[in-house]
Formats: sequence, C-alpha cells, structure tokens
Amino acid sequence: MAENAFLREVAEKKYEYGFETKVDTEILEKGLSEDVVRMISRKKGEPEWLLDFRLEAFRFWQTQKQPSWGHLTLPEIDYQAISYYADPTKKSAGEGNREIDPELMKTFDKLGIPLEERLALSGTAVDAVMDSVSVKTTFRERLAEKGIIFCSISEAVKAHPDLVRAHLGSVVPYRDNYFAALNSAVFSDGSFVYIPKGVRCPMELSTYFRINARGTGQFERTLIVCDDDAYVSYLEGCTAPMRDENQLHAAIVEIVVGARGEVKYSTVQNWYPGDSEGKGGVLNLVTKRGLLKGDDSRLSWTQVETGSAITWKYPSCVLQGDRSQAEFYSVAVTNNFQQADTGTKMIHLGRGTKSTIISKGISAGRSQNSYRGLVKVGRKADGARNYSSCDSLLLGSRCGAHTFPYMDVQNDTAVVEHEATTSKISEDQLFYCNQRGIATEDAVGLIVNGYAKDVLNKLPMEFAVEAQKLLNVSLEGAVG
Amino acid sequence: MSEQQYLDFYRAERETIFARSDARLNALRDGAFAVLQQKGFPTMKEERYRYTDVARDFAPDYGISLSPAEDAAPCPAEYGTLADSADPVVALNTMLTMSCRVVRIGRGERPEHPIQIVNTLRGEHPEMVSRRLLIIVEEGAEADVIITDRAVSKQQFLTNQVIEVFVGDGAHLNLYEIEETHLLCTRYSSLFMQVGRNCSVHHSSLTLFNGRSRNRADVALCGEHSEVVMNGCVIADKMQHTDCNTLIDHRVPHCDSRQLYKYVLDDSAVGAFAGRILVREGAQKTTSQETNANLCATRTARMYTQPMLEIYADDVRCSHGSTVGQMNEDALFYMRQRGISEREARLLLKSAFITEVVENIPLHSLRDRLLVMVDRRLKGELSKCEGCKLCE
Repeated sequence: MAENAFLREVAEKKYEYGFETKVDTEILEKGLSEDVVRMISRKKGEPEWLLDFRLEAFRFWQTQKQPSWGHLTLPEIDYQAISYYADPTKKSAGEGNREIDPELMKTFDKLGIPLEERLALSGTAVDAVMDSVSVKTTFRERLAEKGIIFCSISEAVKAHPDLVRAHLGSVVPYRDNYFAALNSAVFSDGSFVYIPKGVRCPMELSTYFRINARGTGQFERTLIVCDDDAYVSYLEGCTAPMRDENQLHAAIVEIVVGARGEVKYSTVQNWYPGDSEGKGGVLNLVTKRGLLKGDDSRLSWTQVETGSAITWKYPSCVLQGDRSQAEFYSVAVTNNFQQADTGTKMIHLGRGTKSTIISKGISAGRSQNSYRGLVKVGRKADGARNYSSCDSLLLGSRCGAHTFPYMDVQNDTAVVEHEATTSKISEDQLFYCNQRGIATEDAVGLIVNGYAKDVLNKLPMEFAVEAQKLLNVSLEGAVG
Repeated sequence: MSEQQYLDFYRAERETIFARSDARLNALRDGAFAVLQQKGFPTMKEERYRYTDVARDFAPDYGISLSPAEDAAPCPAEYGTLADSADPVVALNTMLTMSCRVVRIGRGERPEHPIQIVNTLRGEHPEMVSRRLLIIVEEGAEADVIITDRAVSKQQFLTNQVIEVFVGDGAHLNLYEIEETHLLCTRYSSLFMQVGRNCSVHHSSLTLFNGRSRNRADVALCGEHSEVVMNGCVIADKMQHTDCNTLIDHRVPHCDSRQLYKYVLDDSAVGAFAGRILVREGAQKTTSQETNANLCATRTARMYTQPMLEIYADDVRCSHGSTVGQMNEDALFYMRQRGISEREARLLLKSAFITEVVENIPLHSLRDRLLVMVDRRLKGELSKCEGCKLCE
C-alpha cells in the first residue's frame, strides 16, 4: 500500500523544467515550403551559398520518406503543422543592439544557467539558445584572446564565412538521412566553435537549448572544428515546457578533429518526456557525428539521456586518421511510455584506430529502450580494435530492453568484440541494502547509480552531479 | 529467373502441379502465389535479408522438376502450419514443392538408430529444387535426425527447402544439418520449429562446403521448462557466402536457450550471422545466451555479425557476445618456434577454434566422424565417405 502511495506521488511529480516563459516571440506561420526556407535565410541575413545549401537540402527532403527502421512507434508527424522559426528576442530594439529581455534572463536563471558572467560558474562559457535564436554567448572576449571562436552559428556565418563554409555539411551531408535533410533546410541557431592550432581551450564550452514557444520545433545546428593539437570539452543541455502536443527537435551536430586534437562532447538530455500516460513530450530525432580527420586525434561522446518521448540518436565517429581513438559512453533511461533507440556508429578507416563503446540502458514503466550500434572496419583499417559492451537493466515487467548491434569487418587484422547482458536488479543486492536499513527505493537508486558509474565518471564534474540527480528523478516510481 | 518468371511458370504449369501432388500441398499454393506476386523477392533493405541478395541467387535459368517423389506418403495436417507464409522465399517453395517428406516419431517412441536423410543433387542441367520436410516428434519421443546435403554432379543447383519441426511435450530431439556440396550450389533453407513443455532440443547446422547458403532457423519455445541448444559451424573460403539468420522466440516462462555459432573465413569468403533472441512479455525466468565468434584468416574475407536481444520481461538473464578476430600471433609464434610449419600451425589454430562447436554434438558417432570431416575440410580435401557409391 505504502508503495502504491509512493508510486502515485512520484508519478505526479512535476517535470522540474516544465514552465513556460511569457515573452514576446516572433513566430513564423506554420508550414514548410521553399518560401519558408527562403524566409528563414532572409531573416538571418544569410549569404547566397547558404540559401542554396538549404534549398538543395529541402528539395532532397521532399523526395524522401520518414524512416521507420527504428524500434519505435513514431507518431505521424505533420510537417506542415509546425512553425519553423520562433524568435523570442525580437523586441522593439533595433538591429545590432539586442537588449536581452529580462524575462529571458530570468528563465535561464531559473534553469540554473546564469547569463551574467559574474554569476556563472567559473570555467564554463555558455551559449544559450531559446527556440530558434541564440540569446547570449558568455565569455566570448576572454576566449577570443586565445583565438577561440565561440558564438552562435548565425553569427559565425557572417563573421567567419570561410570556416563555416568549409565544414558545414562535411561530416553530415544533407543527404545523410531524412531528419538531417530537414535540419539542413530549416536549421536555426546552434553553436559554432573553432579552436585554433595548438590551443587548449581554458574553460568548458556549453550550449543550453530551450524550446519555449508552442507549436514550434527546434532545429539547431552545431559545428565544432578542433584544429591540430587543440583540445576542447563541450557540454550540451536541454529542456522544454510541458505540453500535451509532441514537439519536434531535429538537430545536427558536426565535429571535425585535426591531427592530435581532442574533443570531448557531453550531453545531458532532459527534454520533456511526456506525462505518465505518454501524452506529449519532445521527439528528439538527432544526427550527431564526428570526423577524426587527423592522425592521432581523439573524440569522445558521453551522453545521459533521460528525457524526450522519443529519442532517435546515434552519435557516431568516422575514424579516418591513423591511430585515431573514439569513445562512446551512454546512459539511456526510459520510464513511463518513453521510447529510445540510441547507440553509435564507429567507422574505422585509418590504421591502428581504436574505439570503445559502453552503453547502459535502463528501462522502467512501459518504456522501450534499444541500443543500436554499428562497428565497421574498412579494408585499410589494419589493426583496428573495437570493444563494445552494452548492458540493459529492466525495472518492471512491462518494459522492454533491446540490443541490435551490427558488425561489419573487412580486415583480418582487426579485432572486434561485443558483449551484452540484460538482467534485472538482483534480489541479493536489494536484500543486502534492505538488511542495512536502506529503503528499497533508495537501494534501487544506489544500484542504478553504481551501474551507470562507468559513464557518469566520464562527465565533467558539474554535469555529473546533475546527471546523477536526473537519474534518480527519472527512475523514481519505477520500483514496485 | 526473376520472380515474374517463377510466377509465370506456376501459372502455366498449375494444372500439372495440382494433378500430380497431394491435396494438402495444393491447398496452400495459390495463397503462396499471391504472397510472392505481391511482395516479390525480398531486397537487401529488408532486415532479415540484409546480407544475401535473393534476386541474384534465384536469377540463373534453372530447370524445375515437377515430378513428385516416387514413394510420397500422404501429407499430414501439420503441413504449412508453422512456416512463415509471409516470407516470399518460403512462398516460392510452397508454390512449387511437389511432395513433402515426413518423419514422424510416435508417442513415447525411441528409435534405436539415428534417422538420416540424404539429399543428393544430381543432374545434367542447372536445376532448382523445392524441398519440403516435416518432422513430428510426438509426446515423450526421442530421436536423432541427421540431414545431409550432397551434390554429386558438377552442376549449378539451387535448393530452396522448408523444414517444419514439431516437438511435443516431454520430447527430445537432436537435429543435425550437414551441408557439403560444391561451389556451384546455392541453398536457401528455412527451418521452423515449435517446442512444447519439458523438451530438450539440440540443433546443429554445419556448413562444411557450399557455394552460397542462406540458412534461416526460427525456434519458438511454446511450453515451459524446455531447453534449446543451437550450434552452428561454418567453414568458408574462395568466394563462398554463408548467411545464418536465427530467431529464438521465448513465448513462455522458465525456458533456457543457448546458442554458439562459429565461422572460419578464408580467401574472399563472406559470412553473416544475425541471431535474434526475443523474450516476450510474461516469459519470466528466461535464461538465454548467444555467442558468435569468427575468425577471418585473410584480409579479403568479410564478416557481418548482428546478435540481437529483444526483451519484454524483466526477470530474465540474457547475454550475447560476439567477436571477430584473427589468428593469435603469439600462438602461431609458439608453434613455429617448436618446428611446426606455418601452414600446419594455422591449420591447428583453425581446427581448435571450430572444434568447440563440433564437440557439443551429443551423438558421439557423428561427432567423431565430423571431427575428421572438419579436419579434412580445413586441409582442403573434400571428404569422401568410404563405401559410398554416389560420388564416383
């Protein structure tokens, strides 16, 4: 009985970030057409080449069908019922002098992302994106001293057109998949990072994405270029208000790493997951890929996925440079009616390349959680090495945990290993905790955190704390 | 031939086919025709046919024989109830098969000797064969069934076979499939098995020599406290292609399944393994273990592997592991140091790697014979069975 009361209490527990900000937002008419694409481009004052890129992508998108291969029940998305551009910063202020609406400042404060530099956690520069527009990027001057460029991609298009043009779409071409084509056609803000040769970025760079306006989708685009011998650690966080409707989030992240460069990309994804009946929530359909272009380059993806009604996301690595190394660490938690189909692709092209995949899935409620991954070793990838380990934990008898690893090996000197296990929390462990006076709910929290530790350890400190809290919140009510 | 040509052939010969074969076989033909007509051959975009190009394999101009087996027995009611009728390859078999072989082990029976079915491909012209086999092991019965595929003439053959296996409550079945043909042979095999309560089933599939093979095996555990062991061994070199696609469907609680598939690939051989373990809602206390280990001996050999777990019950213990690797350099060095030639050392390593599968075979006489066959195969000698007059 007590358990039931506890369950109810937790089921009704509010998604902490579910509030909506009342701010004048300029929203483009719903619908998608060439005119809309042109309009977005015009609003951003983009050069001709970028408009052409968008239009090509749009035309390609029109010829494609929404993919259905994921282990997901994707609702029919009406692409004409979404507004593709929403600008919350459009106050009366004239061009060039964009005062930030105090409401927006407050919103980000509430989310724990202070935009005033003096308040910020030392050592983290933030690019805050609400709906389709970057609100503010902090610490830009300090970074600029080292030659680091950290700004919104719209600004980068104007200020550093050559850099953007050289790399945009080079890792994820618009023909890559349906959602990548859609994003390439209508993408709005996202972050642009350039770390020059030999520079070690002195602080963590971070982007915070927030969907606020109703009836819109978010299509951000992030491009990170890390030159030879450079290093950067980049964090991404996201939240959205609670709504009954599904909101679409189709982003692209592209990363290029030069010789001996290193990029760490960490995500804590906490989009609104829908209510306990499975109503509403964000559809998170994202393409993320890194190109390890130079020899001895390194890239690591770390993700903690707790939000979204549907997650369809495969942060991937193309290991092109010889001896390049890639890592993928993931914890994906699904509860209630959430669905996740997530994993990675490791494409080994260079010699002596190495990749590691550690994936931990946790399913509860009536959710479905799948790992889907590809390890491909090309003909020339002599001595390539991959180790994958995928574990799934099931909490409750009505959820599902699935593993779909694909391996394609074309080189006899490669060693590829994959292992996976699926189990529930062992009664012995629970009993042990109970015996020592730890309540079952707390014990489950402890065990889950221990189980996810391999991945959480890879996160930067502030993020790790947040992620740990998130894990507990997402899973509360799952025990029974 | 394209699917259209197969369809046209059926349309033209429908009356002959109907006149010559059993009513039960005929009853399903038109439905199968509709499936093939509607779907066509599966393409490589379809998940279960990702690694094998069906249209290409069925393309050569094969002759199709419409003579039923001389001693064909009446077809039992179980015919066609288990096979996946939506699969176009199965549909093509259902459309064209002229007779169904039946192995029935009556209630509680325990035949003293193993039952061996020898499929021999022989002929002067390229030919497609649609083979159908029904194995019924009734309640409490026990049997060893060995199916061997051989080809005695150097001719292009395409076998499209469908096997349906019913294992009754408390029954015990060891089923062995041994494929030893030649480079010109293509084999499509679809096996469907239904397992009752308290059963113990062992299935071994050994591809020792072939051209192109695509072996599907679906096993459904429908009664509690049953155990299934699936073993696979593939030795492929030259341009051989072997694709094994399995599904173990845990529909009820308290069952155990274990799977071990090993591949040795040499030259430009292509291997594929897609094993799916499905644990349905309510199938609690399931234990399942899937292992796929592969040895690529050259840089042109290619291995695809895809071990999948799909689990909808929480109180289960499931795991899978998969590896693709090369010869252990240290072990090779160790042997070279002791005066064993490189060729011999490689052979030893391959043989040690693959023997694990063969050693799991419960029927001792067959196991010993297979150990010799595997050894010869690795040495590149085709096994000739002493005393057999077929291969002259």
